[in-house]
Amino acid sequence: MPSLKDLKNRISSVKSTRKITKAMQMVAAAKLKRAQEAATASRPYAERMASVLANLSASAGAGGPKLLTGTGSEDTHLIVVLTAERGLAGGFNTYVVKLAKQKIGELRAEGKTVKILTVGKKGREQLSREYGDLFVGHADLSGVKGGDFSESAISLGKKLTKDFEAGEFDVATLIYSQFKNVLSQVPTAQQMIPASMPAEAEDAKVGNALYIYEPSEEGILETLLPRYINTQILSAMLESAAGEQASRMTAMDNATNNAGEMIDSLSLQYNRARQAQITKELIEIISGAEAL
Amino acid sequence: MADKLHFSLVSPAKEVFSGEVDHVIAPGSEGEFGVLVNHAPFMTTLKNGVVRVLENGTTKMRIFVRGGFADVTSEGLTILAEEARLLEDVTAASVQEEIDATLLKIQSLDKDDSARITLQEHFDYLESLKAALVH
Repeated sequence: MPSLKDLKNRISSVKSTRKITKAMQMVAAAKLKRAQEAATASRPYAERMASVLANLSASAGAGGPKLLTGTGSEDTHLIVVLTAERGLAGGFNTYVVKLAKQKIGELRAEGKTVKILTVGKKGREQLSREYGDLFVGHADLSGVKGGDFSESAISLGKKLTKDFEAGEFDVATLIYSQFKNVLSQVPTAQQMIPASMPAEAEDAKVGNALYIYEPSEEGILETLLPRYINTQILSAMLESAAGEQASRMTAMDNATNNAGEMIDSLSLQYNRARQAQITKELIEIISGAEAL
Repeated sequence: MADKLHFSLVSPAKEVFSGEVDHVIAPGSEGEFGVLVNHAPFMTTLKNGVVRVLENGTTKMRIFVRGGFADVTSEGLTILAEEARLLEDVTAASVQEEIDATLLKIQSLDKDDSARITLQEHFDYLESLKAALVH
């Protein structure tokens, strides 16, 4: 049975924890709004780009650049794991890492070579225990201010394109958390290189139209593909940022509620203990008086 | 003119413009070109420059774009730009401020830093934006 003083201390410590989680929840809610707007605003660009590329690749056929058709082999896989820089966001990072681990396991079982590139500190921490020897790089997002990921996305995209051309890997897959809505973020694996086309864009609506290309079909593809990769990374980063805030908001809301419940039960315990002490003291006085 | 051209201009940050217009003139990498309604399917890369939107023969809007693509289909014209700004939103002073800030950032980085190349592109964009403002 803890003493009255202990209980009092615990109640005040849980109360200050509740204040912190409440504040974090409100901060996350405010950030979420901005991150969500940024993620939604980037979607039209990504969608248009995908459809432009689909038109092009349909007419380019098998003779296209390697970024589109692949190197011909599938031996070395690069897994890009995109997580948050900070924790305390519920299961957000863990779910992404879990999918990454599953994917890595599958690829290794097939006898492929796997390389890992991590984006965001948390994913690196969680993967380093098991797969630390597979790391080939890390991109730090902690310097990103105000949700402007375009510089990070472009430099990461350029690095990937360069490494691919240098023959460092054959297939690159991006694993990130897709932002469905505030309550659900879905960990997703998306193949980036060779560029995978959205299936619905394959319909022959404009596929057979006679296009005029300037400067040339190949020239356009060569500039378009690296940008398409950058765009994919950028929109994944924006979705992930929105998801992180949403997940943190939910987690902190739960934590606040739990702290509230804990305070209630501790207060009840405290009051009972106090009442018990008073009763005990009264009994002592009365029995002392009776004895006289 | 009964028919109108559906024109949309998107950048990674947002959809800058979307709507029905008469005529669009864009800076293609092989030369400036104009698009009217029912244009033949056409695709080109763009260079830094001004996209002009014309309505009844007069310029309604000028948008400065950096790099990107123009895609003309039977449905209309789509421009995908890396960066886009409405010219009426910027002033020479604000651009000069950005140029100075970017230059400082470039100087603080190593020569082989990949971020430097990105910043350099941004710098070139701002420089040509400044030039476009003078005209």
